Amino acid sequence: MPLRAEVGTFLRTAWGRAYPRVIGMSREKSWILFDVLLPLLQVSAYVFIYRAIGAPREFTGFVVLGGAMTAYWMNILWSMASQLYWEKETGNLELYLIAPTSRMAILLGMALGGIAATTLRAVGVLLLGTLLFRVPLAPTSVPALVGVFLLTLIALYGLGMLLASLFLLWGREAWHLANLLQEPVFLLSGFYFPVRALGFFVALGASLVPITLGLDAMRQLLYPRMMEGLKFLPVGVELGALAGLGVAFLVLAHRALRFFEDLARREGRLTLRGQ
Amino acid sequence: MALQGFSIETQDLTRVFRVKRREARGQSREIVALDRVTLTVRRGELFGVLGPNGAGKTTLIKILATLLSPTSGTARVLGIDVAQNPWEVRRRIGMVSGGESSGYGLLTVEENLWMFAQFYGIPGREARRRIRELLAIVGLADRARTKVYHLSSGMRQKMNFARGFLTEPEVLFLDEPTIGLDVGTARALRTYIREWLDEHPDRTILLTTHYMHEADELCDRVAIIDRGRVLACDAPAALKRGLQGEAVFRLTVDGEGDLGALLANAHGVVRFTAEARDGPTELSLILADEGALVPVLAALQGAGARLLSLEKREPTLEDVFLRLVGRALSEGEADAASR
Ligand SMILES: Nc1ncnc2c1ncn2[C@@H]1O[C@H](COP(=O)(O)OP(=O)(O)O)[C@@H](O)[C@H]1O
Ligand SMILES: [Mg+2]
Repeated sequence: MPLRAEVGTFLRTAWGRAYPRVIGMSREKSWILFDVLLPLLQVSAYVFIYRAIGAPREFTGFVVLGGAMTAYWMNILWSMASQLYWEKETGNLELYLIAPTSRMAILLGMALGGIAATTLRAVGVLLLGTLLFRVPLAPTSVPALVGVFLLTLIALYGLGMLLASLFLLWGREAWHLANLLQEPVFLLSGFYFPVRALGFFVALGASLVPITLGLDAMRQLLYPRMMEGLKFLPVGVELGALAGLGVAFLVLAHRALRFFEDLARREGRLTLRGQ
Repeated sequence: MALQGFSIETQDLTRVFRVKRREARGQSREIVALDRVTLTVRRGELFGVLGPNGAGKTTLIKILATLLSPTSGTARVLGIDVAQNPWEVRRRIGMVSGGESSGYGLLTVEENLWMFAQFYGIPGREARRRIRELLAIVGLADRARTKVYHLSSGMRQKMNFARGFLTEPEVLFLDEPTIGLDVGTARALRTYIREWLDEHPDRTILLTTHYMHEADELCDRVAIIDRGRVLACDAPAALKRGLQGEAVFRLTVDGEGDLGALLANAHGVVRFTAEARDGPTELSLILADEGALVPVLAALQGAGARLLSLEKREPTLEDVFLRLVGRALSEGEADAASR
C-alpha cells in the first residue's frame, strides 16, 4: 500500500477507536460528576490537613494539581491497561486484529479517547478546586508547563499501552496487579505531597511511573519558590527523563504487543473459545 | 503472487490445542480440532462447512483469518500463505461470527459500523453510503441511530452481518451467520449472501453452519466435517446422490424397550437414529434397500412397539452425515432456524 494510504488508514483507525470514548463523554454525563467530585473530596481532605498545620497557601495548589492528575492515573489503571483484555472478552479484539491496520493506531486511539475523556474530569477538578480553595496561580512559563504536561501524558499513556499488552495475555490476573498498583502508586508518586519527602532513591524508583516526574516538574514551574527546597530533580532533567520514558514505553509496548499477539495466536488465546 | 485459481486452499491443515489441567478434569490433554484438512475453494464459490458443534468449523475460519496459527500443514487465501504473510491476507478478507457480541453499546448502529470502516481506511462519505445501503438490506434502516445496547441480540447480529460486507472483502468468512435467528431473518440473510455472490462473481464466501438446510439450500459445495476431519466434500446434490441405492425412512413408534439394540442388530439397517419426543420415539433409518423395511417393521412389532407413522423421504444432508458418521448432525439440538 502506498505510504499515503497507509498514513491515512493509521489516522482513521486512531480516530475511529478514539471515537467511542469521545462520544461517550456526552452520553454518560452523570459519571463525570462522580469522577470530579470524588477526587475533589480527597483533595479537600489534604487541603484541610495542610491548612491545619499552617502550610503555605501554595500547598493548596499543589494538592489540587495532584488531584487533577489522579484522574489520568486512574484512567490508565482502570481503563487503558485492561482495554485489550475487555476487547477480547467482548469479541472486538479479533476484529481489530484481522483489520489491515496498525495495532499501534488502535492503541493510540484508545489512549486519545482516554485522554479526552479524562481531561474533562481533570479540568473539572482543577477548576472547582481552584475556585473552592482559592488557589494562587503564578506559573513561571506557560509553554513549559504545557510541554511538561504533554510529555507526562505521552509517557503515561505509553506505559498504559505497555500495560494493555501485558493484560492481553494475563487477563484476570493482571486485574489484581492493577489493584495492587493503585494505592502504592498514590503514595509513591506524591500525588498529595512532594515526592522528595520519600527520600531520593524511593523517588527514583517511583519515577518509573511518569506521573511522579511530571507532577514534580509541573509543581516546580507553578510554585518555584515553594518547591526550591522540595524539588526532586531540576526541571530540565525531569523533562529529559520523561521524554526517555515516553519513547521507551512506546517501543516496549509495540514489542510486547507483537510478542504476546504471536504467543497468543500460537496458544489459541487470542480469541474467545466457543463462539 | 500467483493465484492458482483457488481462493482458499488448505493442505493437511492441523490444529492441536493443549488444554490445561483444570479445564480437562485431571490431566493435561490435547484436542485435535483440525485433523489434516485438505480443501480447495474456487473463486466465486459459496462454500459450506457443515458439521456439529465442536467439529472444528470455527478453528478453520480462525486460521484462515490469521487469528490462529496452524500446528502443521498450510493454508492459503488467494494464494497467500496465512501464516507467512498475514498482512497481505488481512487486506482481502472479512469475518463475521453469528455468535459474536462485538461493538460498543454506547455507539449507534451506524457509528459502530463507521468505526470498523475506519480500520480499513474507507473514507467517511463512502462508508456512510455503504452503511445506509447495507442497513436497508438487513432491515435495520430504521435503527441506524439506535444505540447498540438498545438492540435485541438478533438485531445486533444483523448489524455485525452488515459489517462483514461493508469492507467489500474478496474472501468473506461467515461463521454460523444465522445461528439463533428467527426463520424470517435467517432466510433474508441467506438470500442476501446469494445475491451478493451473484453480483460479485469474483468474490468468495466460506460459510460454516450446523444447519443442514442452510448448507443444502445455499452452498455450491459443502464439506462435511466431524471431529476435525473432512468426511466428504461435494455439491449438496452429489452428496445426496451418494445415498441413492439406499432407502431413507422416518418412523414414529410408541413403545418400551431398547429399540436401539434391536435396530443395531436388524438386517439391512445401515444407519439409524432414535430420538424420544414426549413419549413416542422418532426413528430415522437408512436401509440398504427398500426390501429391508418389512423385516424391520416386523422386528419392531415383535418388540412391542406400535407404529404411529411411516414416511419415505428423499435423502437430506442430515442423512448423508448420519451415513458418514453414524450419529445425527443435530444430536440433542433443535434445528428450528433451518426450517
Ligand atoms: N482456544 C481453544 N483452546 C482449547 N480448545 C479449543 C479452543 N478452540 C476450540 N477448541 C476445541 O477445539 C474443538 C473444535 O472447536 P471449534 O472449532 O470451535 O468447533 P465448531 O466451531 O465446529 O463448533 C472443540 O473441541 C473445542 O473445544
Ligand atoms: Mg463454532
